[in-house]
Order: sequence, then C-alpha cells, then structure tokens
Amino acid sequence: MAAEAKKSDFGGKAHVALNDPKLRANFRRAMDGLMAKRAIQFADPDEWKSLRARGAANRARALARLPELLEQLDARCTANGIQVHWAETTEEANAIVLGILMKAGAKRVIKGKSMVTEEMHLNAHLEAHGITAVESDLGEYIIQLAGEAPSHIVMPCIHKNKGEIAELFAEKIEGQVYTENVDELTAAARKALRGCFADADAGISGVNFAIAETGTLVLIENEGNGRLSTTLPPLHIAVTGIEKVLEKLDDVAPLLSLLPRSATGQPITTYVNMISSPRKPGEKDGPQAVHLVLLDSGRSRVYGDTELGDTLRCIRCAACMNHCPVYTRVGGHTYTFTYPGPIGKILTPQIEGLDCAGDQPHASTLCRACADVCPVEIPIPDILVRLRTEAVRPSATAGVKGGGSGRSAAETLGWAGWKTMYASPLVYGLATWAMGLVGNLMPDSLPMLKQWTSVRTKPKFAAKSLHQLAREKGFSDE
Amino acid sequence: MSDAKSRILSRLRAAPARPLPERPDWSPPSYGDGRKDKFRKMLEASHADVHEVTRADWPSLLRRILADKGVSAMLYAPGTATGKQLAADWAGAAAPRLLPYDRGIEEMKSVLVHDAEAAVTTARGGIAQTGALVLWPDADEPRLMSLLPPIHVVLVEEDTITDSLAATMAAQGWAGGMPTNAILVSGPSKTADIEQTLAYGVHGPKELIVLVIGRE
Repeated sequence: MAAEAKKSDFGGKAHVALNDPKLRANFRRAMDGLMAKRAIQFADPDEWKSLRARGAANRARALARLPELLEQLDARCTANGIQVHWAETTEEANAIVLGILMKAGAKRVIKGKSMVTEEMHLNAHLEAHGITAVESDLGEYIIQLAGEAPSHIVMPCIHKNKGEIAELFAEKIEGQVYTENVDELTAAARKALRGCFADADAGISGVNFAIAETGTLVLIENEGNGRLSTTLPPLHIAVTGIEKVLEKLDDVAPLLSLLPRSATGQPITTYVNMISSPRKPGEKDGPQAVHLVLLDSGRSRVYGDTELGDTLRCIRCAACMNHCPVYTRVGGHTYTFTYPGPIGKILTPQIEGLDCAGDQPHASTLCRACADVCPVEIPIPDILVRLRTEAVRPSATAGVKGGGSGRSAAETLGWAGWKTMYASPLVYGLATWAMGLVGNLMPDSLPMLKQWTSVRTKPKFAAKSLHQLAREKGFSDE
Repeated sequence: MSDAKSRILSRLRAAPARPLPERPDWSPPSYGDGRKDKFRKMLEASHADVHEVTRADWPSLLRRILADKGVSAMLYAPGTATGKQLAADWAGAAAPRLLPYDRGIEEMKSVLVHDAEAAVTTARGGIAQTGALVLWPDADEPRLMSLLPPIHVVLVEEDTITDSLAATMAAQGWAGGMPTNAILVSGPSKTADIEQTLAYGVHGPKELIVLVIGRE
C-alpha cells in the first residue's frame, strides 16, 4: 500500500484513543446511530437471509471466475471505448494515473470518494508532480482540509464533531465565519467546491462494482460529487481493485440492496451511477476519455489461498466496523493503514504483511458481530484466527506475506515447556508444587508475564495444589 | 498484453480452483396494486416532492409549482417530446424562461452552473422498492441536466414503474446494451458526513420534484 514504511502500533495507539473522551463520544454516537438504522432495514430475518445468501454467492462466483472475468471486463470496456490499464503495485497505479493526466495536460483534478486511491496515497503523488487534487466528498474534503486520513471507509470524518469542523472551515475557507449549523457548513463546502468542479481538467473516482458482462462501472453515492467528478471534466479516470468485478449486470441488484442498507441504513443511495463509455458522438456532455485502472497491490497473493481469499468478497459497506466493539472504542486511526475495523484487520496483514501489521488480527475479541452483519458472509473471525496461526506457523501453501514473523524463541520455548508439563503427571506435579512455593514471589515485571499483568492482576497461586488437597482429604489418585 | 496484466492474471490462474456456487433463490419484493403508493412513499421519505399529473396538465402544474418557488429560468431539452410539449404550453404564458440544452457542455457550462435554477428531464422508469427514478440520458437529454441546477424536475409514467431494480433490468433488457450513462435517482443530493445530520443539496440538486403521469 504505502510507499513509506509504516508499521502497525495497535496497542500504543489504542491506549491513546481510549483516553480521548471526545473521540470516544464521537464514535459511540455515530456507531450507535448506524447500527440502529441498519437493524431497521433488515428487520425481516427471512428476507435478510435469502438476500445475503444471494449477494454472497454473486461475490463468490465472481471470485471463482476472477481471471476470466477480468479479461472479459477488459475486453468489454475496451470495446465500449474505455481505456483499461493494469497495475501490480500502488506505485505503478500512481504512475499510470500521473501519466494519463500529464499526457492530457491536466493540472487540476477533482476527486470522488475512493478508498483505493487512499490506499495508493494518490493525492500526495500528484501534488509532488504539480497536480492539485481536491477531494469533493464532504467528509473527504473535511479531512483533506485538516490534513488527516479517513477514520471510517464510508464516513471518513466520523471522528470529528461539528464544533471541530466549524473551526476548521473558519480557518481554511476564505470568508467563512464560525458556525456549527450543519446546513451552513454544507453550503460553504458546496460553494467552495463548485468552482473546483467547473475548472477541473480531470475527475478521478473509485468503483463499487465493475460488470464484466457489459463493461459497466457502477458507483454509488448520496452527494452527487461522484457524478460531477465523472461527468463534468473532459477526462475521467476510475481506479479499482481487481476484486470488484461481477459476472453479470443482474448480479448488481441484490448487492445494491445489501450495500447501502448495511452501510448507512438507507434503502438505496441517492445516486447509482452506471458508466459504460466515454461521450459518444452527438452527446453533449460527459468526459471525452474514460480510463479504468485495475490495481492488484497484493490482492492476487490473497487470492492464492481459498480461505483467506474470501477477504476479497468485501463490498466495503463498513457494517463490520460499525458493529465492532473494538473499532467503536478506538476509532479508525488506531489501525494505522487505510482499512480499519474487522475487514482491515484481515486485509491489512495480508497486503502489508504479518511482519508489519501482525498485531491487528489480535485486536479482536472474536465476538463474531462482524460475521453476523457481513452482507457477503465473509468469515472474518475464522480468518483472524487463521492469520494468528500463519504468524507463528506459516502454512506452506498460503504464503501470507511475513508469515512466521510472529514466532518468538521465548514463546516457542514456553509452549514447549507447557506441553511437556501437561504430558507428564510427574512433571505436572513437580511444576504445580514449585509454583505453590515460589509463584507468588515472581515479580509482575518478568518478561512475557509483564504483557499479561499490564492490564490484569497476576493470579495468586495457592500454597497447595488441588491434588495435594484432595490427597489430604483422603481421595485416591485412582 | 501488458506485462502487469499477464503477471496478475498468471498469479490468479495459479491459485487453487474454487467451487462455483449456484445463485440461490432470491426474489425481490412485489407490491401488486400498491406499487405506485410504495414508489411515492419511498420517494417522499427521501425528501422528494411527488405530484400525480396527467399527460395534458403537467406543464401548467409545473408552471405553478415553479412560480411558488420563484424560479425564473429553467433548463429543458428542446429535442424531446416532453421539451416540445413544454415549450408549446409555456409559450406566451407567465412562466420561467426556458433555457435549451442545445450545445455541448463546453459552451453550455456557464448556463448550467450559473443561470439554470431548475431543469426538467424524463425518466425511463421508476422503482417502487427504493423509490428510484431511472434516468437514461442521451444526446437530446444530456447527463448534467439532472445534476447541476438546484431543482430537478422528473417526469415518469406510472406504467413504467416496476417493483424492483431487478424487475426494471429484466423488463427493459439492460444487459443487452447499456447507454453511456444510466442513473438511478432517489431524492435530492444529500449528505450526513457531519455528525450524521442530514443536509440536502450538498453538490447536486437541493430539490427533486417528481411528476407521475397516470394511466389514461
């Protein structure tokens, strides 16, 4: 993902987040609202069950046929006049986008919301080459003004309350006075961004679904900024991960019934924007050129294992994070990388490597709330456990990046001792006897024990073991 | 084939084969005689203003609605039947000035961004389940009409309203050929990015007026 070397520090960042009452209140309020709205949408369990089974099957079918569907998508888009590019890495994708913009002489870019371009850190790359990229989704615009990264994949500025946004606008938007009125704040953003849309040389967007059958890019949104970004400028570049493909146009109907309802509790987004070609002769608007950049960035490696590959079914609704007891308390920035919450905890370690984000699969209680609400049935808790295992005992076939990096000599030795102790009654008896004698003298700060006692009280060892007590009471070992 | 493409595809092909699951049975809801009411209810729930009209009376009704809102200039599509009916009906009447979308966006940008206070387009269909309008822009009725002016007026015929997106796709044979751009619209532009508080008209139209032409 990132060009710069980053490393997950979940424990450290979580500690800071947990002690930030404003952040916690912002997330608590937002997540409670989103959960309640989703619950209303799926009040009928039978409808949820059959719809979800269909949605999951549509995604699973697309993954089962992924290579041929990608070729079909490429061929159909090309036949429709969309220029298709393939990128193995985020660096390659950035270079492709920059190349298209430079060839067109584009200097000003307007962007619709796209998590893939966040993953690429595209804006920074363009800025470094003298191209201004302005985020036009209100939430993305706010965090761009603040110089921050999204903390949620659907509602990127959910960590901010209106007071913070009011201050930010008053400071950054010319002529804007401090107001906490949401309508006025929204109007200020509209006004500031209208000019950017009108002047933009190119629009950049993500893609929600790419239909192999028809070569159609489906984008959903509420604001209309995505439609503006893909319609008003003379050039449109859509960027998507290779996993977003669907076999048939019909497959989109159940998924469109799942995605907005799961994400924000809306029956449908305000706009569903389906793009199949650039402007045709005689048409009066729309971009003259449309490009599609297909990004791999580790996804084909994830695909190499059928269980881990289910991660790629994700339709980015964010229901898993909205319902996650961990995410709700620590917020999105704690996860360091682009995708937070349960889906991030299984995606990031696979893309970035377990050596770099190996702590993330452990940042879970395995309560299964994420699996219960996932509209495409991704077995997130099972994959979390699988990744914990891969970190210490890498399987030969999966080849998860950084597999085995979580293995430590001390831990291996510890478990080997544990195994020996439990396999032999004699050693077990000796060990429990010894613990009864000296266990309470061990300081909390011993290596390994320290990690346990940092958030828990050290258990008290009884002076006598259960066996000893039983024998004293006259019970026989037989 | 580009190197990146062949390398990505060969990695994907090297992966173990996955089972191809059948698509399990799923049927979207149906509303029978309640279809139009559901359509209306859903659109109103997403803040649209819905009126039931006849093929003959809609231009005069629209004139009154826009007069109440103080609209002085409206964008329209002069090449469509709807546009022609509107222009004929409003000719000589006290009505908003009609701005024709008759040139490319390169020449029309200023009219669309600054002058047009409203625009009227047709819908190719309606979807009851979600209260969505199916827009199918073309050379006569371009894409930006439904996006840039602050008020968007849509005409939809009751007969084209189906129960669900799946039903519309099947009835209209979408998979057989998609246009440059097809759009579903459910309500005016909105956002809840600031504290989940709804605000309308963040980028697209602030108001959506739907005129449903009844069966005659």
